[in-house]
Amino acid sequence: MTDGHVLEDKSHFRGVWVFLEGRSGGLRDVSTQLIGEGRRLADLRGTPLTGILPGHGVDALAERAIGFGLDRVIVVDDPMLEIYRSRPYAQVMAQLVRRQKPEIVLFGASKNGRDLGGRLHAILETGLAADCVKFDIDADGNLDMIRPSFGGKSLAHILCKKHRPQMASVRRNVFVAPPHNPDRRGEIVHERVELSPQDLDAKLLEFDEFTKEGGLRPEEADIVVSGGYGLGDPKNFQLLQDLADRLGGAIAASRKAVDSGWVPKTLQVGQTGMTVRPKLYIAVGISGAVQHLAGMQESDKILVINIDPKAPLFEIADYGIVGDLFEVLPEMIRQLDALKGGGVAGQPALPAEAR
Amino acid sequence: MRIIVCIKQVPKAQELQVDPVTQTLKRVGVPSEINPPDANALEIALTLKDRHAAEVVVLSMGPTSFDESLERAVAMGADRSVLLTDRILGGSDTVPTAYALSETIQKIGGYDLILTGEETTDASTGHVGPGIAGHLDLPQITYVSEVRIVDNTVRARRTAEDGTEWWQTNMPSLCTVNFGCNKPRSPTLTGKIRVKRGGVIVHWSCADVGIDPKKVGLLNSPTIVAKVDTIRLPPRAGRIFSGDAKESVRALLDALIRDRVVAP
Repeated sequence: MTDGHVLEDKSHFRGVWVFLEGRSGGLRDVSTQLIGEGRRLADLRGTPLTGILPGHGVDALAERAIGFGLDRVIVVDDPMLEIYRSRPYAQVMAQLVRRQKPEIVLFGASKNGRDLGGRLHAILETGLAADCVKFDIDADGNLDMIRPSFGGKSLAHILCKKHRPQMASVRRNVFVAPPHNPDRRGEIVHERVELSPQDLDAKLLEFDEFTKEGGLRPEEADIVVSGGYGLGDPKNFQLLQDLADRLGGAIAASRKAVDSGWVPKTLQVGQTGMTVRPKLYIAVGISGAVQHLAGMQESDKILVINIDPKAPLFEIADYGIVGDLFEVLPEMIRQLDALKGGGVAGQPALPAEAR
Repeated sequence: MRIIVCIKQVPKAQELQVDPVTQTLKRVGVPSEINPPDANALEIALTLKDRHAAEVVVLSMGPTSFDESLERAVAMGADRSVLLTDRILGGSDTVPTAYALSETIQKIGGYDLILTGEETTDASTGHVGPGIAGHLDLPQITYVSEVRIVDNTVRARRTAEDGTEWWQTNMPSLCTVNFGCNKPRSPTLTGKIRVKRGGVIVHWSCADVGIDPKKVGLLNSPTIVAKVDTIRLPPRAGRIFSGDAKESVRALLDALIRDRVVAP
């Protein structure tokens, strides 16, 4: 089989694959979330769902992955695959695809998932749609890959009609992970892929793990307090942190606040940052550029605090306060403290002076 | 040492507005810029040029209006630029784009390092950089914020989800550069004079490069955009409080607690 996949008969390609990523002995969230969506697609196509797990000593992880809804896991075990590296992982995926001909391959849009998908789609010369938010199967049995187009205000339906496999990446928190069922049974298949030492063309010299500063990451928090250009100064993010601390939440930021150098890019929500879907998203001093919406519009509840009643974000608010954030935030913190100090569940918040 | 920086010209994201009637983006009359992550990649190349004897070649693919960005790149300090421009390239998705850029890079030849931005702000795929590395079978380091040349190897600091990584590869290799990791320099007077004198941009067609016309363009792209839906975000409750801060906050917290969004 050649690299080009313009096929007379696409029916040779069958099955849905999910590329699995491990992280400290478990699976990355995005991988379990993908298994859930992959299951739905596999059932729609009437085909099995397979997880692909390159690594070293990962059988226990493969076993666990099955519990999220896989029919089987293909493990490629090799010391050279112990950590993620672009070339050997792309080699493994390319060879497995050529051997087994899956119809659909899904990747997490993590740094490594994008690194791998981008390289692989050029090697296989097949379609890859980035950052999909929804999938369907069209009347001809093609995967309808739906992704936000420029700015996130419209959705583009991407089809890969002639080439197989159809590949797509999905960001973290776009789909909800299914519950883990430890009793679920599936098959673990070990495949061998020839790798040579020349495939290890990149050497990891150093790894500095991010310290969990402030505890919680926005992607993991139930409540996210996000600040925008309206904060006016980096030190005002302390106000957000104070509020987040009281709510057990995490802080985040709009692109404008990040571009202004106030907070690191790792806190950026939006099209070029992360996607969050917390129970409550509190947008402070964020007007609501289309880029920002793309990263937070799936939140369960949205609270907007802005001095400008015409801020576009109010249009998608569940709750809002039109007011000066420098008055509103300290007042919220005061009233929350009062509630914690002497408030009784269900009672209205006490004004600060009642303490 | 020769460094090739791949750039794209994109509409300025900050200038984009949504048409309130059609709910689509207004693109007409929006000014263009070098795709911001590509400008960060260029800055890394120019920093390397400051430290080592390096030639910086800027490469783009698109219509001749992209000359504006290529001229700016030269005015910032790049040595020369190449625009791959051909109508048959129109509508190419990331597979033909990575192929066509790879072929052009090979025609430029003699390269030690290829830099691209992490993604473009208009298409946001991030697939072209790794795609070029895949085509040319080069080592790749994605999402880097810093690149050093040490003993004829490339060392780059990569930002991943869980931490920062320092990777080392032999040359030639390809790095994709994080948006916002540095402050791209402004054009210099000397640079602008070089642009004025002309000859800093060459235009190549697919035939010039030897690109197979059957592998590029809309019809030879694996993916197509079948349709575009406007998102009408579902209406939300929209309980907006205003006036006295104390009263608004009290009403808000009442509502949040009653709706069980926040535990009292």
